[in-house]
Amino acid sequence: MNIFITILKRDLLLAVRHRTELLNPMLFFVLVIVLFQLGMRAKPAVLVTLAPAIVWIAALLSALLSLDHMFRSDMEDGALEQMIISTQPTSLLVLAKIIAHWIITGLPVTLIAPILGMMLGLTFDATQILFLTLLIGTPILSAIGSIGVALTVGLRRGGVLLSILVLPLYVPVLIFASQTVTTSMSGYPITASMSVLMAMMVLSLSLSPWASSAALRMSVS
Amino acid sequence: MNKIYKWFHQWGSPPTFYKWSGQWLPWLTFFCVALFAIGLYGGLVYAPADYQQKDSFRIIYIHVPAAWMSMFVYLVMAISGAIALIWHIKLSEIMMLSSASIGASFTFIALVTGSIWGKPTWGTWWEWGDARLLSELMLLFLYIGIIGLYSAIEDKRKAAEAVSILALVGTVNIPIIHYSVIFVNTLHQGPTVSMFDSPSIDTRMLIPLLIMALAFKLFYGIVLLMRSRNELLWRERRSQWVKNIIKGDGT
Repeated sequence: MNIFITILKRDLLLAVRHRTELLNPMLFFVLVIVLFQLGMRAKPAVLVTLAPAIVWIAALLSALLSLDHMFRSDMEDGALEQMIISTQPTSLLVLAKIIAHWIITGLPVTLIAPILGMMLGLTFDATQILFLTLLIGTPILSAIGSIGVALTVGLRRGGVLLSILVLPLYVPVLIFASQTVTTSMSGYPITASMSVLMAMMVLSLSLSPWASSAALRMSVS
Repeated sequence: MNKIYKWFHQWGSPPTFYKWSGQWLPWLTFFCVALFAIGLYGGLVYAPADYQQKDSFRIIYIHVPAAWMSMFVYLVMAISGAIALIWHIKLSEIMMLSSASIGASFTFIALVTGSIWGKPTWGTWWEWGDARLLSELMLLFLYIGIIGLYSAIEDKRKAAEAVSILALVGTVNIPIIHYSVIFVNTLHQGPTVSMFDSPSIDTRMLIPLLIMALAFKLFYGIVLLMRSRNELLWRERRSQWVKNIIKGDGT
C-alpha cells in the first residue's frame, strides 16, 4: 500500500509543478465543445439532444490526448524500469498512476462539465446526471487507457496507434454514459444504465492494472 | 500430465509442425474445395428462393459464414495469445499473428456483403441502428489495432507479447461492446430487421449454410497453416532444419 501512496503523491506533485500542463486537458475539452457548436450552428432544440454526446466525445478525446503522459516521462528518464524491478507489485504502481492521471485530467474535466452542459442548454437535472456520469466514467477512461499507453510507450511515435487501440475500447463507456443523460432527459429511470456504468468502473479499475503491468514489463524489457 | 505436455511440445516444435502441416495441406484443400462446391451448389441452386427476399437472400451463404468466422478467428487469436503468454510456445505466437489479418479480411467481407444485402432488403447500404453491424465494425477496428501494433514494434518477440495482451483485453471487451450497442437500440426502438427473427429457416436453406460454414472453417485452417509455415521458415531461417529443407534434404 505504501508504494501506492508514494507514487500517487509523486505524480500529483509533478503535475502541480507543471501548472500549465495541468490546465491543458481542460482547455482542450472546452475547445472541442466550442468547435462542435461552431461547426454545426445547431438550433438550441437540436443542440440539447446532441449535448450529452458532444460533452462525452470531448471528454474521451481529452483523456486520450493526455494518456501519453502517464508513463512517457518516467520511461524516458529510466524511473519506470526502477519501479518495475523493485520488489513492489507493479499492478499497484499502475493503479496509482491511473488514479493520479484521473485526478489530473478526468477530475478537472468533470468539474467544468456542468458549466458547459448549461451552456449547451441542458436542464439543471440533466446537468447533474451528466456530472455524475463523468464522475463515474472518466476513471474508466484512465484505466482502459493505461493498457494502451503501456503497450505503446516503447514506441517513438505511438500517438495515432494509441488512439486506434484505445478508442474502440471506449465505445461502451461513451454509449452508456451519453445514453444515461439522454434517458434522464426524457424522464425515464436511469438506475439500470447507471449501475452498468459503475460496474464497468469497478471492473476496469480492478482488471486493467494487471494487463497494463504485463504490457509495461514487455515495453521496458 | 507430464506425458501430455511432452507430446504437446513435440507436436508444436517447428520442424514437426512444418512436417505434419505439409502432409495435411493437400487433404484439407481437397475437402475445402469439395465443401465449397457442394455448399455453393446447394446455396445457389438447390435452396428455394425466399418468399419475401427472392433470390437476394442467397448472399447469406457468404455473409453469415464470414461473420461467424470473424468472431471465431478472434477467439482463436485470444486463446493462442494466452498460450503464448503463459507457456511461451513459439508456434501459438505465430498462429495468433497469422490469424490477425485473416480475421480482419473475414470481418471486412462480412461488412461488405452485409451492406450489399442491406440495400435490397432494408433499403439502405448502412443502418446505424443495427447492433450487429456496429459491433462488427468495432471488431474490424480491433483487428486493425492489433495489426498496427504488431507492425509498429520492431522486436517481433516483444510485438507478439504485446499483441497477445491486446487480444486478451479485446476479448473481454467484445461482449461488452456488443451488448452496449444492443442496449442503446432496445431503448430507442425495436430491432429493425433481424435476420434470425424469422420463425425458422427452411432446412433446405439451412443445410447449405452449415456446409458453407464448414468450408469457411477449413479455408481458414488452410490459410492459417500456409501463413504460419511461411512465417516459421522466415523466423527460423538460421536454423539447421530450415537449411536442410532449402537444400532439399528435408520434407
